[in-house]
Amino acid sequence: MAIAPRRRLGSRWGLGALLLALTAWLCWTVVTSPNLEWEVIGSYLFAEPVLSGVGVTLLLTVATLVLGLLIGMLLALMRQSGNPVLSAAYAAYIWFFRGTPLLVQLVFWFNLALLFPRIGIGIPGTSLGWYGEANNLITPFVAALFGLALHEGAYMAEIIRGGFLAVPRGQVDAALMIGMTPGQAARRIVVPQAVRVILPALGNQFILILKGTSMVSVIGGGDLLTRAQQIYGQNYQVIALLVVASLWYLALVSLASIGQHYLERSLR
Amino acid sequence: MKGALSVRGLHKSYGGTPVLRGVDLDVAPGEVVCFLGPSGGGKSTLLRCVAHLEQPDAGLVAVDDEVVGYEPRAGRLVESSPKRLAMTRRRMGMVFQQFNLFAHLTALENVMLGPVTVLRRDREAVRERSMELLGRVGLAAHAGKRPAQLSGGQQQRVAIARALAMDPSVLLFDEPTSALDPELVGEVLGVMRDLAGQGMTMLVVTHEVGFAVEVGDTVVFLDGGVIEEQGPAKQVLRSPASERTAAFLAHVL
Repeated sequence: MAIAPRRRLGSRWGLGALLLALTAWLCWTVVTSPNLEWEVIGSYLFAEPVLSGVGVTLLLTVATLVLGLLIGMLLALMRQSGNPVLSAAYAAYIWFFRGTPLLVQLVFWFNLALLFPRIGIGIPGTSLGWYGEANNLITPFVAALFGLALHEGAYMAEIIRGGFLAVPRGQVDAALMIGMTPGQAARRIVVPQAVRVILPALGNQFILILKGTSMVSVIGGGDLLTRAQQIYGQNYQVIALLVVASLWYLALVSLASIGQHYLERSLR
Repeated sequence: MKGALSVRGLHKSYGGTPVLRGVDLDVAPGEVVCFLGPSGGGKSTLLRCVAHLEQPDAGLVAVDDEVVGYEPRAGRLVESSPKRLAMTRRRMGMVFQQFNLFAHLTALENVMLGPVTVLRRDREAVRERSMELLGRVGLAAHAGKRPAQLSGGQQQRVAIARALAMDPSVLLFDEPTSALDPELVGEVLGVMRDLAGQGMTMLVVTHEVGFAVEVGDTVVFLDGGVIEEQGPAKQVLRSPASERTAAFLAHVL
């Protein structure tokens, strides 16, 4: 008996054409809107304050990634140490920094001076040490970096821990049985395999941080969005400058995605 | 003596549940000892304690007359440093039920890793020797493949070549064919038969009674964490003295 394919509702071509038409209409409406001033967008796309904002955004992103990784590694080690106190400290850190919004943490760090007017390091009970005024030490950039990195560390710790958990225990047994010390087994067998699990997640994290840095605009962190807001605060070209910022974010994220693609391919 | 292994008074419990309750054993150089017995009888734990992958609660293991995991100091045995333990472990090779090939390395790199990084031998000489070992287990053509590209039987043969590359005195096999499809069991047992014929000391935890009869010199029947019966393979398997051994064999044969 002949087999007939099931009939589908509408044709694929029809649906595709409909969607294309809708998209084209939407783009046309936005692009030709008299309220969207392309000359203004063009004139600010490479303006000096915008470029310096892009620089700060990139700097914050990379610094957050690096600091977050370091904090994450330290936390993951604490969790794996088998020491109940360190393990509990890990859990508490994750609970707190993942459980409160990044925006709240950023505002908190920026206002640290209200809690500790003077901060520094020294030996308790003596006058030895170094202290400074919190208001001078915690600049918007410092607050932004602290807030982002401490928050990111919690996520990195879980990613790194997951990477190590993904390496089966049998790999270590096999390494020990060809005469490796536990340290050699970790360096030569466990870490290379864990990194293959961790790296793709890091690419994703990079993109999340990149966009997350826009939150530091609430404390005037000097990033891309801060700059855009400062400009439209003066000339009221709100939409134009948000488009400028969005174009930059899209460009940076696209670059990061391409990098991530090649990184993952080289690991296969 | 090179290739000799002895076990004295081995005890091991997990969370209060005893798994080994005093095991004594002597293995002569070139002897093939097959461990049979019901699941949970302590066979794999015994092998892992011999390799010191699990630290026994009590008892000692010696390979080539060297105690594993402890060293004499001022008239007492003191726990070895990780480095010292690693040195002693070089005398043993182990083949695992789940193969445990290093997933990020090719077959050849798996075989080469120990001699190059642990024994610090010349890379080119090791490469030549490793290819020869892969040839011996019939896998020279697959040297450049990752474990994921190999069948279970091929992976297990690479694992045997990896163990041989360290020139061990004793080889430990922990259920080497239990994770294999039935049609692949033969190729791995064939390689093991060849090794036995070449005089390798082997401790084999297995459910392959046929292999034990044909290749084993000695059969050790473990049940409830103690040696229920041990003796020449054919004698134990054909006319067991213990009722438990007889009952077990009646089930598996």
